[in-house]
Amino acid sequence: MSKVRIPAQLRTLTGGAGELVIDGSTVGEVLKGLDAAHTGFAERIFDDNGGLRRFVNVFLDEEDVRFLDGLATPVSDGQTISIVPAVAGG
Amino acid sequence: MCDFCFGPLEVTYDYERVAATITRERVEAGPRSIWRYADLLPVADAHPVDLGAGFTPLVRADRLAAELGLGELWIKDDTANPTGSFKDRVVSVALTKARQLGFKVAACASTGNLANSVAAHAARAGMDSVVLIPHDLERAKVTMTSVYGGRVFAVQGSYDDVNRLCAELTSEQPEWAFVNVNVRTYYAEGSKTLAFEVAEQLGWRAPDHVVVPIGSGSQLTKVAKGFQELWEVGLLDEEPSVRVSGAQAEGCSPVATAFAEGTDVIRPVKPHTIAKSLAIGNPADGWYALDTIRSSGGSCASVTDAEILDGIGLLARTEGIFAETAGGVTIATLAKLAAQGVIRSDERVVAMVTGHGLKTVEALADVVGPTATIAPTLESFDQAMAADTDHAPTQRSSR
Repeated sequence: MSKVRIPAQLRTLTGGAGELVIDGSTVGEVLKGLDAAHTGFAERIFDDNGGLRRFVNVFLDEEDVRFLDGLATPVSDGQTISIVPAVAGG
Repeated sequence: MCDFCFGPLEVTYDYERVAATITRERVEAGPRSIWRYADLLPVADAHPVDLGAGFTPLVRADRLAAELGLGELWIKDDTANPTGSFKDRVVSVALTKARQLGFKVAACASTGNLANSVAAHAARAGMDSVVLIPHDLERAKVTMTSVYGGRVFAVQGSYDDVNRLCAELTSEQPEWAFVNVNVRTYYAEGSKTLAFEVAEQLGWRAPDHVVVPIGSGSQLTKVAKGFQELWEVGLLDEEPSVRVSGAQAEGCSPVATAFAEGTDVIRPVKPHTIAKSLAIGNPADGWYALDTIRSSGGSCASVTDAEILDGIGLLARTEGIFAETAGGVTIATLAKLAAQGVIRSDERVVAMVTGHGLKTVEALADVVGPTATIAPTLESFDQAMAADTDHAPTQRSSR
Protein backbone atom coordinates (compact mmCIF):
# COMPACT_ATOMS: atom_id res chain seq x y z
CA MET A 1 0.00 0.00 0.00
CA SER A 2 1.26 3.46 -0.88
CA LYS A 3 0.39 6.86 0.45
CA VAL A 4 -0.73 9.26 -2.29
CA ARG A 5 -0.58 13.02 -1.73
CA ILE A 6 -3.26 15.00 -3.56
CA PRO A 7 -2.85 18.67 -4.56
CA ALA A 8 -5.58 21.13 -3.60
CA GLN A 9 -6.89 21.33 -7.18
CA LEU A 10 -7.79 17.62 -7.14
CA ARG A 11 -9.24 17.42 -3.65
CA THR A 12 -12.73 18.05 -4.99
CA LEU A 13 -12.45 14.48 -6.29
CA THR A 14 -11.53 13.07 -2.89
CA GLY A 15 -14.07 14.86 -0.74
CA GLY A 16 -11.34 17.16 0.50
CA ALA A 17 -8.80 14.51 1.48
CA GLY A 18 -5.18 15.51 0.86
CA GLU A 19 -3.77 12.04 1.44
CA LEU A 20 -5.04 8.56 0.50
CA VAL A 21 -3.73 5.01 0.77
CA ILE A 22 -3.91 3.05 -2.49
CA ASP A 23 -2.72 -0.40 -3.55
CA GLY A 24 -0.55 -1.08 -6.60
CA SER A 25 2.88 -2.39 -7.57
CA THR A 26 3.83 0.43 -9.97
CA VAL A 27 3.25 4.17 -10.02
CA GLY A 28 0.86 3.71 -12.93
CA GLU A 29 -1.12 1.03 -11.08
CA VAL A 30 -1.44 3.20 -8.00
CA LEU A 31 -2.66 6.17 -10.07
CA LYS A 32 -5.18 3.95 -11.88
CA GLY A 33 -6.26 2.63 -8.49
CA LEU A 34 -6.77 6.20 -7.44
CA ASP A 35 -9.12 6.73 -10.38
CA ALA A 36 -10.99 3.54 -9.52
CA ALA A 37 -11.49 4.77 -5.96
CA HIS A 38 -12.37 8.34 -6.96
CA THR A 39 -13.65 8.67 -10.51
CA GLY A 40 -12.24 11.58 -12.46
CA PHE A 41 -8.54 11.35 -11.63
CA ALA A 42 -7.52 9.69 -14.89
CA GLU A 43 -8.69 12.48 -17.17
CA ARG A 44 -7.02 15.05 -14.97
CA ILE A 45 -3.57 13.50 -14.81
CA PHE A 46 -3.25 11.37 -17.97
CA ASP A 47 -3.09 12.62 -21.56
CA ASP A 48 -4.81 10.96 -24.52
CA ASN A 49 -1.94 8.48 -24.91
CA GLY A 50 -2.07 7.36 -21.30
CA GLY A 51 1.08 9.24 -20.30
CA LEU A 52 1.30 11.93 -17.66
CA ARG A 53 -0.06 15.31 -18.71
CA ARG A 54 2.58 17.93 -19.52
CA PHE A 55 1.84 20.01 -16.43
CA VAL A 56 1.55 17.18 -13.95
CA ASN A 57 4.59 16.03 -12.01
CA VAL A 58 4.51 12.79 -10.05
CA PHE A 59 7.11 12.04 -7.42
CA LEU A 60 7.94 8.73 -5.77
CA ASP A 61 9.21 9.85 -2.39
CA GLU A 62 11.74 12.56 -3.34
CA GLU A 63 12.27 11.67 -7.00
CA ASP A 64 10.39 12.81 -10.11
CA VAL A 65 9.23 9.57 -11.77
CA ARG A 66 10.40 10.97 -15.12
CA PHE A 67 13.93 10.35 -13.79
CA LEU A 68 12.92 6.79 -12.85
CA ASP A 69 10.88 4.46 -15.06
CA GLY A 70 7.91 6.79 -15.35
CA LEU A 71 4.56 5.11 -14.74
CA ALA A 72 6.27 1.70 -14.80
CA THR A 73 8.38 2.59 -11.76
CA PRO A 74 7.94 -0.13 -9.09
CA VAL A 75 6.44 0.96 -5.79
CA SER A 76 7.20 -0.64 -2.43
CA ASP A 77 4.96 -0.66 0.59
CA GLY A 78 5.25 2.52 2.59
CA GLN A 79 6.49 4.72 -0.23
CA THR A 80 4.74 8.04 -0.90
CA ILE A 81 3.54 9.16 -4.31
CA SER A 82 2.95 12.91 -4.69
CA ILE A 83 0.96 14.53 -7.49
CA VAL A 84 2.24 18.09 -7.93
CA PRO A 85 1.25 20.71 -10.50
CA ALA A 86 4.25 21.63 -12.66
CA VAL A 87 3.29 25.24 -13.24
CA ALA A 88 5.55 27.13 -10.92
CA GLY A 89 9.00 28.48 -10.79
CA GLY A 90 11.32 30.82 -12.56
CA MET B 1 -3.25 27.85 -13.44
CA CYS B 2 -5.99 25.87 -15.13
CA ASP B 3 -7.88 23.91 -12.49
CA PHE B 4 -8.41 21.04 -14.92
CA CYS B 5 -5.04 20.35 -16.57
CA PHE B 6 -2.73 22.59 -14.45
CA GLY B 7 -1.56 24.42 -17.58
CA PRO B 8 -0.70 28.11 -17.27
CA LEU B 9 -3.46 30.65 -17.81
CA GLU B 10 -2.91 33.48 -20.23
CA VAL B 11 -4.16 37.02 -19.60
CA THR B 12 -6.06 38.45 -22.53
CA TYR B 13 -6.94 42.09 -23.06
CA ASP B 14 -9.54 43.94 -25.04
CA TYR B 15 -6.98 45.38 -27.43
CA GLU B 16 -9.50 47.53 -29.25
CA ARG B 17 -10.43 49.18 -26.00
CA VAL B 18 -6.79 49.70 -25.01
CA ALA B 19 -6.02 51.02 -28.50
CA ALA B 20 -8.77 53.61 -28.14
CA THR B 21 -6.92 55.35 -25.30
CA ILE B 22 -3.25 54.39 -25.42
CA THR B 23 -0.88 56.63 -27.35
CA ARG B 24 2.88 57.04 -27.51
CA GLU B 25 2.49 60.41 -25.79
CA ARG B 26 0.42 58.91 -22.97
CA VAL B 27 3.10 56.28 -22.35
CA GLU B 28 5.95 58.79 -22.58
CA ALA B 29 4.25 61.05 -20.05
CA GLY B 30 4.01 58.17 -17.58
CA PRO B 31 6.40 57.25 -14.76
CA ARG B 32 9.91 56.11 -15.64
CA SER B 33 9.10 52.56 -14.59
CA ILE B 34 7.11 49.57 -15.81
CA TRP B 35 3.97 51.41 -14.71
CA ARG B 36 4.10 53.68 -17.77
CA TYR B 37 2.64 50.59 -19.52
CA ALA B 38 -0.14 50.05 -16.99
CA ASP B 39 -2.70 49.89 -19.82
CA LEU B 40 -1.15 46.59 -20.90
CA LEU B 41 -0.66 45.11 -17.45
CA PRO B 42 -3.25 42.93 -15.68
CA VAL B 43 -3.73 45.23 -12.70
CA ALA B 44 -4.79 48.84 -12.35
CA ASP B 45 -3.74 50.60 -9.16
CA ALA B 46 -3.05 54.25 -8.47
CA HIS B 47 -0.42 53.23 -5.92
CA PRO B 48 1.27 50.01 -7.09
CA VAL B 49 3.80 48.10 -5.01
CA ASP B 50 6.71 49.87 -6.60
CA LEU B 51 10.43 50.28 -5.99
CA GLY B 52 10.97 51.75 -9.44
CA ALA B 53 11.32 48.59 -11.51
CA GLY B 54 11.88 49.00 -15.20
CA PHE B 55 12.74 51.68 -17.71
CA THR B 56 16.31 50.43 -17.52
CA PRO B 57 18.94 51.57 -20.04
CA LEU B 58 19.03 50.23 -23.58
CA VAL B 59 22.71 50.58 -24.43
CA ARG B 60 24.08 50.65 -27.97
CA ALA B 61 26.92 48.12 -27.88
CA ASP B 62 29.22 48.98 -30.77
CA ARG B 63 32.39 47.66 -29.17
CA LEU B 64 30.80 44.31 -28.39
CA ALA B 65 29.23 44.21 -31.86
CA ALA B 66 32.66 44.74 -33.43
CA GLU B 67 34.08 41.82 -31.42
CA LEU B 68 31.27 39.55 -32.56
CA GLY B 69 31.08 40.71 -36.18
CA LEU B 70 27.59 42.10 -35.69
CA GLY B 71 26.06 45.37 -36.86
CA GLU B 72 23.44 47.14 -34.74
CA LEU B 73 23.59 45.55 -31.30
CA TRP B 74 21.90 46.74 -28.12
CA ILE B 75 22.08 45.55 -24.53
CA LYS B 76 18.95 45.81 -22.41
CA ASP B 77 20.67 46.48 -19.11
CA ASP B 78 18.27 45.09 -16.54
CA THR B 79 21.03 44.96 -13.96
CA ALA B 80 19.86 48.50 -13.22
CA ASN B 81 16.65 47.40 -11.52
CA PRO B 82 16.11 48.15 -7.81
CA THR B 83 17.21 44.70 -6.59
CA GLY B 84 19.51 44.11 -9.54
CA SER B 85 17.45 41.88 -11.80
CA PHE B 86 14.47 41.78 -14.15
CA LYS B 87 12.50 40.02 -11.41
CA ASP B 88 11.52 43.42 -10.03
CA ARG B 89 9.23 43.80 -13.06
CA VAL B 90 7.26 40.65 -12.39
CA VAL B 91 7.18 41.05 -8.63
CA SER B 92 5.92 44.62 -8.76
CA VAL B 93 2.99 43.41 -10.87
CA ALA B 94 2.41 40.25 -8.80
CA LEU B 95 2.38 41.94 -5.40
CA THR B 96 0.26 44.84 -6.58
CA LYS B 97 -2.33 42.30 -7.69
CA ALA B 98 -1.84 40.12 -4.60
CA ARG B 99 -2.48 43.10 -2.32
CA GLN B 100 -5.64 43.93 -4.27
CA LEU B 101 -6.78 40.33 -3.90
CA GLY B 102 -6.36 40.62 -0.14
CA PHE B 103 -3.22 38.53 0.37
CA LYS B 104 -1.14 39.52 3.39
CA VAL B 105 1.81 37.20 2.79
CA ALA B 106 4.12 37.14 -0.25
CA ALA B 107 5.91 33.86 -0.91
CA CYS B 108 8.01 32.24 -3.61
CA ALA B 109 10.41 29.53 -4.63
CA SER B 110 13.48 31.13 -6.06
CA THR B 111 16.91 30.64 -7.56
CA GLY B 112 17.86 33.92 -5.86
CA ASN B 113 16.87 36.90 -7.97
CA LEU B 114 13.17 36.39 -7.33
CA ALA B 115 13.91 35.92 -3.63
CA ASN B 116 15.68 39.29 -3.50
CA SER B 117 12.82 41.01 -5.25
CA VAL B 118 9.96 39.41 -3.33
CA ALA B 119 11.59 40.17 0.03
CA ALA B 120 12.21 43.79 -0.96
CA HIS B 121 8.81 44.48 -2.49
CA ALA B 122 7.02 42.77 0.42
CA ALA B 123 8.90 45.05 2.81
CA ARG B 124 7.89 48.04 0.72
CA ALA B 125 4.25 46.93 0.78
CA GLY B 126 4.23 46.06 4.47
CA MET B 127 3.50 42.42 3.69
CA ASP B 128 5.08 39.42 5.41
CA SER B 129 7.30 37.34 3.16
CA VAL B 130 8.19 33.65 3.07
CA VAL B 131 10.96 32.82 0.64
CA LEU B 132 12.30 29.36 -0.17
CA ILE B 133 15.70 29.02 -1.82
CA PRO B 134 18.15 26.18 -2.50
CA HIS B 135 20.67 25.98 0.37
CA ASP B 136 23.70 26.44 -1.89
CA LEU B 137 22.86 29.84 -3.40
CA GLU B 138 25.44 32.55 -3.84
CA ARG B 139 26.06 34.42 -0.59
CA ALA B 140 25.06 37.82 -1.96
CA LYS B 141 21.66 36.51 -3.00
CA VAL B 142 21.05 35.10 0.48
CA THR B 143 22.08 38.37 2.15
CA MET B 144 20.08 40.45 -0.31
CA THR B 145 17.01 38.42 0.63
CA SER B 146 17.46 38.13 4.39
CA VAL B 147 18.21 41.81 4.98
CA TYR B 148 14.59 42.81 4.37
CA GLY B 149 13.48 40.99 7.50
CA GLY B 150 11.14 38.35 6.09
CA ARG B 151 11.35 34.60 6.55
CA VAL B 152 13.94 32.86 4.38
CA PHE B 153 14.21 29.08 4.26
CA ALA B 154 17.30 27.48 2.73
CA VAL B 155 16.10 24.11 1.46
CA GLN B 156 18.44 21.15 1.27
CA GLY B 157 17.86 20.33 -2.36
CA SER B 158 17.95 21.70 -5.89
CA TYR B 159 15.73 24.49 -7.16
CA ASP B 160 13.39 21.86 -8.58
CA ASP B 161 13.08 20.37 -5.09
CA VAL B 162 12.32 23.84 -3.71
CA ASN B 163 9.79 24.40 -6.44
CA ARG B 164 8.05 21.14 -5.66
CA LEU B 165 7.88 22.02 -1.97
CA CYS B 166 6.43 25.40 -2.89
CA ALA B 167 3.81 23.82 -5.16
CA GLU B 168 2.80 21.54 -2.29
CA LEU B 169 2.79 24.42 0.18
CA THR B 170 0.41 26.28 -2.10
CA SER B 171 -2.14 23.55 -1.45
CA GLU B 172 -1.67 23.90 2.31
CA GLN B 173 -1.37 27.70 2.52
CA PRO B 174 -3.92 29.06 0.03
CA GLU B 175 -3.99 32.36 1.87
CA TRP B 176 -0.38 33.10 0.83
CA ALA B 177 0.45 34.72 -2.50
CA PHE B 178 3.11 32.52 -4.04
CA VAL B 179 4.15 34.94 -6.75
CA ASN B 180 5.29 32.27 -9.18
CA VAL B 181 2.59 29.73 -8.40
CA ASN B 182 -0.90 30.94 -7.52
CA VAL B 183 -0.44 34.50 -8.83
CA ARG B 184 1.89 33.44 -11.62
CA THR B 185 -0.56 34.47 -14.31
CA TYR B 186 -0.22 38.12 -13.25
CA TYR B 187 3.44 37.84 -12.36
CA ALA B 188 4.49 36.54 -15.77
CA GLU B 189 2.85 39.48 -17.55
CA GLY B 190 5.42 41.83 -15.98
CA SER B 191 8.09 40.48 -18.32
CA LYS B 192 6.28 42.00 -21.31
CA THR B 193 7.58 45.39 -20.17
CA LEU B 194 11.06 44.35 -21.37
CA ALA B 195 9.69 44.31 -24.92
CA PHE B 196 7.65 47.48 -24.43
CA GLU B 197 10.69 49.41 -23.25
CA VAL B 198 12.99 48.07 -25.95
CA ALA B 199 10.56 49.15 -28.66
CA GLU B 200 10.00 52.58 -27.11
CA GLN B 201 13.74 53.11 -26.60
CA LEU B 202 14.37 52.16 -30.24
CA GLY B 203 12.00 54.94 -31.30
CA TRP B 204 8.87 52.78 -31.32
CA ARG B 205 10.41 50.13 -33.52
CA ALA B 206 10.81 46.44 -32.78
CA PRO B 207 14.21 44.82 -33.18
CA ASP B 208 14.84 42.06 -35.72
CA HIS B 209 16.28 39.61 -33.22
CA VAL B 210 16.32 39.27 -29.44
CA VAL B 211 18.38 36.91 -27.32
CA VAL B 212 16.71 35.93 -24.05
CA PRO B 213 17.98 33.63 -21.30
CA ILE B 214 15.77 30.67 -20.42
CA GLY B 215 15.13 29.54 -16.84
CA SER B 216 11.45 28.66 -16.64
CA GLY B 217 10.92 29.97 -20.19
CA SER B 218 8.34 32.52 -19.12
CA GLN B 219 10.32 35.66 -19.86
CA LEU B 220 11.06 34.57 -23.42
CA THR B 221 7.42 33.95 -24.29
CA LYS B 222 6.32 37.20 -22.68
CA VAL B 223 8.93 39.26 -24.54
CA ALA B 224 7.51 37.92 -27.81
CA LYS B 225 3.97 38.68 -26.61
CA GLY B 226 5.01 42.22 -25.66
CA PHE B 227 6.17 43.20 -29.14
CA GLN B 228 3.00 41.78 -30.66
CA GLU B 229 0.79 43.67 -28.19
CA LEU B 230 2.38 47.01 -29.06
CA TRP B 231 1.42 46.34 -32.66
CA GLU B 232 -2.10 45.25 -31.66
CA VAL B 233 -2.77 48.54 -29.86
CA GLY B 234 -1.29 50.68 -32.60
CA LEU B 235 1.96 51.90 -31.01
CA LEU B 236 4.19 50.54 -33.80
CA ASP B 237 4.13 51.64 -37.44
CA GLU B 238 5.22 48.26 -38.75
CA GLU B 239 4.07 44.82 -37.68
CA PRO B 240 6.94 43.31 -35.69
CA SER B 241 8.76 40.29 -37.03
CA VAL B 242 11.11 39.53 -34.17
CA ARG B 243 13.23 36.41 -34.17
CA VAL B 244 13.45 35.21 -30.60
CA SER B 245 16.45 33.11 -29.62
CA GLY B 246 16.92 31.35 -26.31
CA ALA B 247 20.07 31.04 -24.22
CA GLN B 248 20.77 28.24 -21.76
CA ALA B 249 23.69 26.88 -19.79
CA GLU B 250 24.95 23.53 -21.02
CA GLY B 251 24.58 22.15 -17.49
CA CYS B 252 20.84 22.87 -17.61
CA SER B 253 19.64 22.94 -21.18
CA PRO B 254 16.38 21.02 -21.54
CA VAL B 255 14.95 23.56 -24.01
CA ALA B 256 18.11 23.87 -26.11
CA THR B 257 18.32 20.07 -26.23
CA ALA B 258 14.72 19.73 -27.42
CA PHE B 259 15.35 22.45 -30.01
CA ALA B 260 18.46 20.68 -31.31
CA GLU B 261 16.68 17.34 -31.44
CA GLY B 262 13.69 18.76 -33.28
CA THR B 263 11.25 17.43 -30.70
CA ASP B 264 8.58 19.19 -28.65
CA VAL B 265 9.14 16.89 -25.68
CA ILE B 266 11.19 18.60 -23.00
CA ARG B 267 12.96 16.07 -20.82
CA PRO B 268 13.70 17.32 -17.31
CA VAL B 269 17.36 17.37 -16.29
CA LYS B 270 19.35 17.60 -13.07
CA PRO B 271 21.07 21.00 -13.32
CA HIS B 272 24.78 21.44 -12.84
CA THR B 273 25.92 24.91 -13.80
CA ILE B 274 27.31 28.12 -12.33
CA ALA B 275 24.30 29.91 -13.83
CA LYS B 276 22.16 29.14 -10.79
CA SER B 277 19.48 31.67 -11.64
CA LEU B 278 18.76 29.61 -14.78
CA ALA B 279 19.17 26.20 -13.11
CA ILE B 280 15.63 24.99 -13.57
CA GLY B 281 15.74 21.40 -14.75
CA ASN B 282 12.00 21.13 -15.33
CA PRO B 283 11.00 24.45 -16.88
CA ALA B 284 7.29 25.16 -16.45
CA ASP B 285 7.04 27.26 -19.63
CA GLY B 286 9.67 25.37 -21.56
CA TRP B 287 7.25 24.06 -24.14
CA TYR B 288 5.87 27.55 -24.80
CA ALA B 289 9.38 28.97 -25.07
CA LEU B 290 10.29 26.30 -27.60
CA ASP B 291 7.16 27.03 -29.61
CA THR B 292 7.90 30.78 -29.58
CA ILE B 293 11.49 30.22 -30.71
CA ARG B 294 10.47 27.96 -33.57
CA SER B 295 7.53 29.99 -34.80
CA SER B 296 9.58 33.21 -34.76
CA GLY B 297 12.46 31.74 -36.76
CA GLY B 298 14.83 32.04 -33.83
CA SER B 299 17.28 29.55 -32.43
CA CYS B 300 18.34 28.13 -29.08
CA ALA B 301 21.80 27.23 -27.91
CA SER B 302 23.63 26.31 -24.74
CA VAL B 303 27.05 27.35 -23.48
CA THR B 304 29.57 25.85 -21.07
CA ASP B 305 30.48 27.32 -17.70
CA ALA B 306 33.80 28.47 -19.17
CA GLU B 307 31.98 30.22 -22.00
CA ILE B 308 29.65 31.86 -19.45
CA LEU B 309 32.63 33.35 -17.62
CA ASP B 310 34.09 34.51 -20.95
CA GLY B 311 30.73 36.11 -21.74
CA ILE B 312 30.68 38.03 -18.46
CA GLY B 313 34.23 39.23 -19.10
CA LEU B 314 33.53 40.17 -22.71
CA LEU B 315 30.50 42.29 -21.82
CA ALA B 316 32.30 43.98 -18.95
CA ARG B 317 35.44 44.66 -21.01
CA THR B 318 33.67 46.01 -24.08
CA GLU B 319 30.64 47.82 -22.67
CA GLY B 320 31.25 48.42 -18.97
CA ILE B 321 28.29 46.31 -17.85
CA PHE B 322 28.80 43.71 -15.12
CA ALA B 323 26.31 40.86 -15.50
CA GLU B 324 25.61 37.89 -13.32
CA THR B 325 26.13 34.39 -14.66
CA ALA B 326 22.76 34.43 -16.47
CA GLY B 327 23.96 37.50 -18.39
CA GLY B 328 27.09 35.56 -19.23
CA VAL B 329 24.84 32.86 -20.69
CA THR B 330 23.08 35.44 -22.86
CA ILE B 331 26.30 37.03 -24.13
CA ALA B 332 28.03 33.69 -24.74
CA THR B 333 24.99 32.44 -26.63
CA LEU B 334 24.86 35.68 -28.62
CA ALA B 335 28.51 35.11 -29.54
CA LYS B 336 27.90 31.50 -30.48
CA LEU B 337 24.86 32.24 -32.66
CA ALA B 338 26.68 35.17 -34.29
CA ALA B 339 29.66 32.91 -35.10
CA GLN B 340 27.26 30.37 -36.61
CA GLY B 341 25.67 33.06 -38.77
CA VAL B 342 22.28 32.51 -37.11
CA ILE B 343 22.32 36.07 -35.79
CA ARG B 344 23.29 38.22 -38.76
CA SER B 345 25.16 41.50 -39.08
CA ASP B 346 22.24 43.05 -41.00
CA GLU B 347 19.87 42.53 -38.06
CA ARG B 348 19.00 44.97 -35.27
CA VAL B 349 19.79 42.76 -32.29
CA VAL B 350 18.91 43.16 -28.61
CA ALA B 351 20.43 40.97 -25.88
CA MET B 352 18.63 40.78 -22.54
CA VAL B 353 21.09 41.09 -19.65
CA THR B 354 18.84 40.38 -16.74
CA GLY B 355 20.87 40.39 -13.51
CA HIS B 356 23.75 42.22 -11.84
CA GLY B 357 27.20 40.70 -11.50
CA LEU B 358 27.50 41.55 -7.80
CA LYS B 359 25.02 38.75 -7.15
CA THR B 360 27.39 36.05 -8.39
CA VAL B 361 30.91 37.27 -7.64
CA GLU B 362 31.94 33.79 -6.45
CA ALA B 363 31.82 32.56 -10.04
CA LEU B 364 34.61 34.97 -10.96
CA ALA B 365 36.80 34.44 -7.90
CA ASP B 366 39.42 32.47 -9.82
CA VAL B 367 39.11 34.48 -13.02
CA VAL B 368 39.56 38.13 -12.14
CA GLY B 369 41.48 39.98 -9.47
CA PRO B 370 44.14 42.65 -9.01
CA THR B 371 46.81 42.92 -11.69
CA ALA B 372 49.37 42.77 -8.89
CA THR B 373 49.68 43.46 -5.19
CA ILE B 374 52.39 46.06 -4.67
CA ALA B 375 54.18 48.09 -2.03
CA PRO B 376 53.17 51.79 -1.89
CA THR B 377 56.25 52.95 -3.80
CA LEU B 378 56.89 54.16 -7.35
CA GLU B 379 59.52 51.47 -7.82
CA SER B 380 57.11 48.74 -6.92
CA PHE B 381 54.50 50.18 -9.26
CA ASP B 382 57.00 50.41 -12.13
CA GLN B 383 58.11 46.82 -11.62
CA ALA B 384 54.51 45.59 -11.60
CA MET B 385 53.65 47.57 -14.74
CA ALA B 386 56.67 46.14 -16.51
CA ALA B 387 55.82 42.61 -15.41
CA ASP B 388 52.19 42.84 -16.57
CA THR B 389 51.84 41.06 -19.89
CA ASP B 390 48.05 40.71 -19.77
CA HIS B 391 47.35 44.24 -20.99
CA ALA B 392 48.46 46.17 -24.05
CA PRO B 393 51.11 48.82 -23.26
CA THR B 394 49.57 51.92 -21.70
CA GLN B 395 51.00 55.31 -22.61
CA ARG B 396 52.81 56.91 -19.66
CA SER B 397 54.85 60.02 -19.19
CA SER B 398 58.57 59.36 -18.70
CA ARG B 399 60.14 60.02 -15.35
